[in-house]
Amino acid sequence: MIDSVVIPLLKILIVLNAVLVAVTFMVLLERKVIAWTQVRLGPMRVGPHGILQPIADVLKLMIKEDITPVKADRWVFTMSPMLVLVPALIMFAVIPFGPTTSLFGREVTLYITDLNVGLLYIVSVTSIGVYGIILAGWSSNSKYPLLAGLRASAQLISYEVAVTMALVSMIVSAGTLSMVGIVNAQASQGVWYLFIQPVAFFIFFVGGLAETNRAPFDMPEAEQELTGGFHTEYSGMRVALFFLAEYANMIVLASVATTLFLGGWLRPFPNVEALAFLGIIPSWCWFLLKTFVFLYIFIWIRATLPRYRYDQLMRIGWKVLIPLAIANVVVSGILKVMF
Amino acid sequence: MGPITPTHYVLLSSALFMIGVFGVITRRNIIIIFMSIELILNAVNINLIAFSLQWGNSIGQVFVLFVIAVAAAEAAVGLGIILAMYRNKETINIDEMNVLKW
Amino acid sequence: MAETITFYMLGGLILLFAVLVVSTRNTVHGIIFLVIDFLVVALLYASMNSMFVAAIQVLVYAGGIVVLYLFVVMLVNHKRPPEEYADPNRRNWLGAAMTAAVLGELVIIGAYASLRPAAVSASATKVGYVKETAMVLYTDYIIPFELVSILLLVAMVGAIILARREW
Repeated sequence: MIDSVVIPLLKILIVLNAVLVAVTFMVLLERKVIAWTQVRLGPMRVGPHGILQPIADVLKLMIKEDITPVKADRWVFTMSPMLVLVPALIMFAVIPFGPTTSLFGREVTLYITDLNVGLLYIVSVTSIGVYGIILAGWSSNSKYPLLAGLRASAQLISYEVAVTMALVSMIVSAGTLSMVGIVNAQASQGVWYLFIQPVAFFIFFVGGLAETNRAPFDMPEAEQELTGGFHTEYSGMRVALFFLAEYANMIVLASVATTLFLGGWLRPFPNVEALAFLGIIPSWCWFLLKTFVFLYIFIWIRATLPRYRYDQLMRIGWKVLIPLAIANVVVSGILKVMF
Repeated sequence: MGPITPTHYVLLSSALFMIGVFGVITRRNIIIIFMSIELILNAVNINLIAFSLQWGNSIGQVFVLFVIAVAAAEAAVGLGIILAMYRNKETINIDEMNVLKW
Repeated sequence: MAETITFYMLGGLILLFAVLVVSTRNTVHGIIFLVIDFLVVALLYASMNSMFVAAIQVLVYAGGIVVLYLFVVMLVNHKRPPEEYADPNRRNWLGAAMTAAVLGELVIIGAYASLRPAAVSASATKVGYVKETAMVLYTDYIIPFELVSILLLVAMVGAIILARREW
């Protein structure tokens, strides 16, 4: 009873709370990092060096007036922010934060569950995340959100194909679909998959940027384009849910990239005995450190690169990334059979 | 209410099949008709998986993969036809798509 | 016991949402009900221990095909309700009567079958896992696999040509 119900519930509670807190502080991190890149300071007023800024943001969004357009479809309008947030959060169910450790005298696995089709689960849930965007755009009953919603979802489904193909070549290397199995395969190989499959990493990274509507692919939601995109008509807590969902998607993507390409919870050079002193740092700390590196790279790219135009964006997705990903699958298969 | 036998699954899939057929026969909106066809295909899939479970081999699952692939192809082509028809006649009412009627 | 409750709950939800799909006036609402229906069908597959097919159902059906339907609905959505004109030769009552007859037969069959329960056969091999499915797919059924890939290519080219605007 305890092992099958209470412990997973506790894990879910911990992970959800950690994610929601992390997302609100991601907002602050992004503003600070972009500010420092642009030789200014960012939010500094609320709390020491602006640490408490997310709390001020959340309070502001909670007490704002909730406006629903008159002709909007009420049910779908209310449901769309939830439809965007839920897929982003349930992807955390298969992400492994660490191996089986013993906590308080009990063997506890540091992941909520280990599906034997874990990677396929993540790809499937990503493809469900398209619905919230289209329905948000359509239910606002207004031209700009509808067009922006269609653009954003067209971008998402285009890059989904490239990301899935890149993950297929990863599966060819690892031989298993379960996330824990992939980390264990990296441990037994002794080298991170980043060095074995660099092309897949590049495609996954670029496709992931496009999937989460991050710069330089953030045309559907940038303020200068289409007056705010598919969440134009939303206000108050609902737009907070949209941003929560975007940052949660980013964190999920960083976690998945860490697990697949950077070795998950393994310390650097996991099979080299001379570096065993690095084992002092617990495994989930390594995981969080590597995820944080990815998040920082995402923000860095946003601060640095200009935005792609929509037709350039679609051209890259269909004409550059997909052929590259398919070629990568073929080459991976051949190399795997030969060696 | 004993254990779940394949009979239960066959009854469920037959009921879903009939609801899909009702949708195809009764509705006039062509997109709802296509969605009812997808319901019919899903009913067939439930049947196949139930029997794959009963026989204990993976042939049912492979067949389901093929049915899903064929449904995807059919949906793409069907929606292309709907778009072309809409551009010509500005309607999605299937009773108005009777240009070939004698 | 848990399996029985799961099956009846999931089966009831599937049929409920299917009825909502075929009886709704608003097309976009119908699409939303269809997505929920497909997700519940994927849950049913997962309860039947077929994780791979459940994931493929979500990925392809709910996440691909229905998104395509949603796009087309956005493009053809216009203000006139499409159900205004009805062909005078249409006999909807016949379709409803046939459906009711078949559903009644199903109830009778269900009642009859519950009196003589069939045996549940336990499967010795692992069914529903990726490896076993892949072994069957790539060895016994390799030719249909290649044919389906050609079919998808043909469908893709056909859909592009059909939906292209003639400038």
